[in-house]
Amino acid sequence: MGWNRKVLRVNLTAGTCQEEPLNMQWAQDYLGSRGLATKYLVSETDPKVDPLSPDNKMIMSTGPLTGTMASTGGRYTIVTKGPLTGAIACSNSGGFFGAEMKFAGWDMIIFEGKSPKPVYLFLENEKAELRDAGHLWGKSCWETEETIKHELQDPLVRVSSIGLAGENQVMFACVVNDLHRAAGRSGVGAVMGSKNLKAVALRGTRGTSGIKDFPAFMKATTEAKKVLADNAVTGQGLPKFGTQVLMNVINEMGALPTRNHRDVQFEDAGKISAEAMHEKRPSDGKAHLVTNAACFGCTIACGRISEIDKGHFTVKNSPQYWGASGGLEYEAAWALGAANGVGDLEALQYANLICNEQGMDPISFGATVGAVMEMYEMGVLTKEQLGIESPFGSPEALAKMVEMTARGEGFGKEIGLGSKRLCEKYGHPELSMSVKGQEFPAYDSRAIQGMGLAYATSNRGACHLRGYTVASEVLGIPVKTDPLVTEGKPELVKAFQDATAVFDSAGICVFTSFAWTLADVQPQLAAACEGDWSMEKLNEVGERIWNMERQYNNAAGFTAKDDNLPPRLTTEPAKTGPAKGLVNGLATMLPEYYKVRGWTPEGVPTTETRERLGL
Amino acid sequence: MKIAFKLFASLSDYLPPGSRGNRLELDVEEGTTVGELIRRYQVPERSAHLVLVNGVFVSPADRFRHRLKEQDELAIWPPIAGG
Repeated sequence: MGWNRKVLRVNLTAGTCQEEPLNMQWAQDYLGSRGLATKYLVSETDPKVDPLSPDNKMIMSTGPLTGTMASTGGRYTIVTKGPLTGAIACSNSGGFFGAEMKFAGWDMIIFEGKSPKPVYLFLENEKAELRDAGHLWGKSCWETEETIKHELQDPLVRVSSIGLAGENQVMFACVVNDLHRAAGRSGVGAVMGSKNLKAVALRGTRGTSGIKDFPAFMKATTEAKKVLADNAVTGQGLPKFGTQVLMNVINEMGALPTRNHRDVQFEDAGKISAEAMHEKRPSDGKAHLVTNAACFGCTIACGRISEIDKGHFTVKNSPQYWGASGGLEYEAAWALGAANGVGDLEALQYANLICNEQGMDPISFGATVGAVMEMYEMGVLTKEQLGIESPFGSPEALAKMVEMTARGEGFGKEIGLGSKRLCEKYGHPELSMSVKGQEFPAYDSRAIQGMGLAYATSNRGACHLRGYTVASEVLGIPVKTDPLVTEGKPELVKAFQDATAVFDSAGICVFTSFAWTLADVQPQLAAACEGDWSMEKLNEVGERIWNMERQYNNAAGFTAKDDNLPPRLTTEPAKTGPAKGLVNGLATMLPEYYKVRGWTPEGVPTTETRERLGL
Repeated sequence: MKIAFKLFASLSDYLPPGSRGNRLELDVEEGTTVGELIRRYQVPERSAHLVLVNGVFVSPADRFRHRLKEQDELAIWPPIAGG
């Protein structure tokens, strides 16, 4: 449908919902979803705003391909200023919520102000109303979704909500939709909680309309789906094994951050891998994995649905967790497992369930637990403070910490600060494995050099989804590059960053890029949307979005000094594996990256770059 | 010489029955190449997508040139990806 051309502006302070036209010039310049919502945010808010104040805004946005026949066209994005980082936050989720927003006739919802009491937004086609959520406050994401569907007497309502973590303003709280899909990173759930907004419930029955050239669109999407089906990664590898199949790959390469990045290989990686998910448990003879699952319109279906061992210590008295549910995916399995040295698959699934249930980013949570365990082993933190003995590898400590953090109890309040604030508080800032305050995902940049640069320059803090050079450095997509060298990585990182901005802004899943290039996306956009959507234009839009985000961060107070990695990665060589003896070569790559980007040596887009991109 | 031969994901079907943990300890003749082992275990060449020796990538062009050494770990995956 391209765009619906309609924005809903919700002023939570005044309790009003107002329709306004989508700025179509901005749509031409920033496409949709991530790019377009960021344009609205930077135009309407002060970059120095306190992320948890009423002056911050939170935008839920779809892309022009969301809700269409394009494969994976179910994505939506939450854009706001992130409390974990103080930088631009842009968290993207699958499931069915994004498509439902399009079916209801909207492109975007802008939330501003703060409600005097807990509310949720109910949006049914053109009807928008804020409803009391007093009875929902204190409930989990799962209970909230169930309660709203029950009271609306409509099982087809799609719900995005915060759990206890968002209410308690855990700095890495996320917004969960469809039970186990999440706008996961940078603490967007804490922003939602700060606004007393518990949930958004959508029902759209208008369907898809307004595609510019429908026959051309059907042809383009059909051809693109064939590319996904014929590709061995998207057609076979991802649906069968999911993302977690990388656990053994990355471990073999000596790039699996282990025990808060002390090590780069985990002796129990096999026990928490995709292969282990398929094995029958000795305890009950069942495999952990039940089936795979797809988000709206997805023809890949990488999602994992699993069933925990009912006899495991974490759940033996909690039958509410015995059913099949989401997880484990690679990032969660790594952060809850290898990052803490925990090799108990069932404990990881339990921690993942709590993260989904109460709305927490398992990456930042798990990585923060890694820092806690390291400080425990150093004697900086004690059993008395933590409430439990917490050495690396303790599934009991992991299970207790996830409960405490979600509920804001005991030391869980401190974990909820994220690793940067927590490590600073206890006198060891160097132990926070983060960039701009956001914790690393599952790739050690001593063994995958390009990822060090991608992390250091990611506009939302450490993240694999802004520039996934793992595709090239590990998997050979689109071409194989050597992960142990720095040469050529600045150009590679820029190319991935700009292209990803287009995938995100189109409303499709970045996993399509394992088979698609922008040349596969371009005919779909050109057929769906008014205007010129040539390859040249798409490349320009991607670069424009990246630079806009950078300018926002610079205006928020970030400088080149923040394009950095923790000293562990630049001064402590990898102990084992192919990268043994290596540190990350960020100092070599960063100046070249600034040049490739058309930025000054201080990391600021030059006047020429800004004028070229119309910024 | 002794080496470890590891097949992951769907390739584990090509390990002999009774193999555990995706891994087989092998005693092979000196000079055995990566490509020869892939053929010996009848792993379809198209499925032997990601080939690592001691964690380092071996390109398709090098598989019959890359001779294994004592204690090497050869690990192979079909086309896969993650995130």
